[in-house]
Amino acid sequence: MTARTGPSRRQRFTRDRFLVFAALPGITLLVLFHYVPLLGNVIAFKDYQPYLGILESPWVGLTNFDVVFGGDPAFLNALTNTLVITLLQVIVVFPVPIALALLLDSLISERLKRVVQSVLYLPHFLSWVIVVAIFQQMLGDSGLLNGFLRENDFTTVNVIGSPELFKALITSQVLWKDAGWATILFLAALSRIDTTLYEASAMDGASRARQLWHVTLPGLRGIIVLLLILRLGDALTVGFEQIILQQAAVGADASEVLDTYVYNNGILAGSWGVSAAVGLVKGLVGVALVLSANKLAHRFGEQGVYQR
Amino acid sequence: MSALEGPSAFGKAVKAVVLTLCCAVVVVPFAGIVSTSLATREDVTNAGGFVLIPRSISFDAYNAILSGGVVTRATLVSLFVTAVGTLLSLTATTLLAYGLSRRGTLLHRPFLLVVLMPLLFTPGIIPSYLMVKSLGLLDSYWSLILPVLVNVFNVIVLRAFFMELPGEIIDSARVDGAGDGLILWRIVLPMSKAVLAVIALFYAVAYWNSFFSALLYLNDTAKWPLQLVLRTYVVNQSQLGVDQLGSGADLPPAEAVQMAILVLSIIPVLLVYPFVQRHFTKGVLIGAVKG
Repeated sequence: MTARTGPSRRQRFTRDRFLVFAALPGITLLVLFHYVPLLGNVIAFKDYQPYLGILESPWVGLTNFDVVFGGDPAFLNALTNTLVITLLQVIVVFPVPIALALLLDSLISERLKRVVQSVLYLPHFLSWVIVVAIFQQMLGDSGLLNGFLRENDFTTVNVIGSPELFKALITSQVLWKDAGWATILFLAALSRIDTTLYEASAMDGASRARQLWHVTLPGLRGIIVLLLILRLGDALTVGFEQIILQQAAVGADASEVLDTYVYNNGILAGSWGVSAAVGLVKGLVGVALVLSANKLAHRFGEQGVYQR
Repeated sequence: MSALEGPSAFGKAVKAVVLTLCCAVVVVPFAGIVSTSLATREDVTNAGGFVLIPRSISFDAYNAILSGGVVTRATLVSLFVTAVGTLLSLTATTLLAYGLSRRGTLLHRPFLLVVLMPLLFTPGIIPSYLMVKSLGLLDSYWSLILPVLVNVFNVIVLRAFFMELPGEIIDSARVDGAGDGLILWRIVLPMSKAVLAVIALFYAVAYWNSFFSALLYLNDTAKWPLQLVLRTYVVNQSQLGVDQLGSGADLPPAEAVQMAILVLSIIPVLLVYPFVQRHFTKGVLIGAVKG
């Protein structure tokens, strides 16, 4: 840090006291509900006893991490489910907004474009409880689909509450809720592509498909990489509210993910230390994934989340 | 063939079909839910549960849930938390974003540390729960508000907006002797009405929809907000009996009652949606680009 000419820290504080006091409530809340709980993760190394409190509970070293590194079956099940769901979301959910954005972008009528967008963005603003309730009404036992099947003498399908279909169900719920919303960023990126590139490629005789490949997709590459990196950081975080709402119907084998594992074992069953350990490992892996993905993106010449 | 010519007739048809299907997937469920909430017992029986087109319309289900029972109370709780929470969130977020936004001031540089750190490292469920517990907030409505009062993403969006405001106006106000508080109140806020409205609505939707914090922090079922009532009586299909409904009159069909609760929880979102929808694209993009 070079020497600063100008007002001293004290003078700067006097000058900027309004700004400092204005920011104080917000900073206090962030300290209370983000920074202090980060420190609260020490209970991962303790045998936390609610009546003793965090400070008084005895240290137990790395014992709580045994479930993680010792390969406890319930933990491994949660981990596997989490990774399968993440994979499904990257393969199935991720490309849909790109396709939707391309489709919407190709519409010539501005009015039509706005109407379709308004309809498709809407589910994003509904809570998971509402979305799950809506899916039950559509696909549940007495829902629209089975009502129709029954009326036409087909066999009914048990979509809600069937462990085999659970991952497909939650994937389609994510798609329904947020695919429209996720198109916003891609639409914005599409609108920034230089139209002269299309004209030039058309002059060179490029077909629409080749234009898509050589102009549109390269134009979207930056944002696609960015979103994939962010998604990777959340690789171990999948639909907590969504899953906790539907877990009772399908059982833990099919539906337990790391977050529900932490909630069920820690807050409901009272093994605080073990759950905190799992949560801590999950958080650290997430950060490590973002940082390394970002590094990788730089190596490929992309901007990534932050520069260098 | 070039992109500058219109698409082929076949392309147009495929496009129309795909878009219509996409929209139908969103619209049809809503239509069905509203229809069922308005259906009579006869309709429900004929349809085997879920009514797409009601033959006659009855508001009995709404009368039943809004006449003072569990659902009425939960609705009032949700409205209260949403109103108080949004007001406090907007105030704290604006002050924090402004405090961090002015170039060359004491707080301009610590921004990254203060606001972006929580974005990268989230504390986890257990430590957050223990914090709320140790502050004595369990079973208090404050537990639904205080932990989420400042949304880091909204601070980033608002700060980016404040920094884009023309500096000359602020400088000239300074020269005229206005302090930072007066500048915020008389100059910055009036210029930021649209973005403040969007952020207020984002907060309002989040408070209205919040489900997990209530599940986590409120053990007392009498204090439950609408989303938890919705989970109990619609998702988990617990029966709403005379005890839970306000009136002792003839019970409307259970399906209609359930769907009426669902509609009740969607209506506020639908009311603010057209307004947010007009502005949010810009807001989201500022956040995404500047963040």
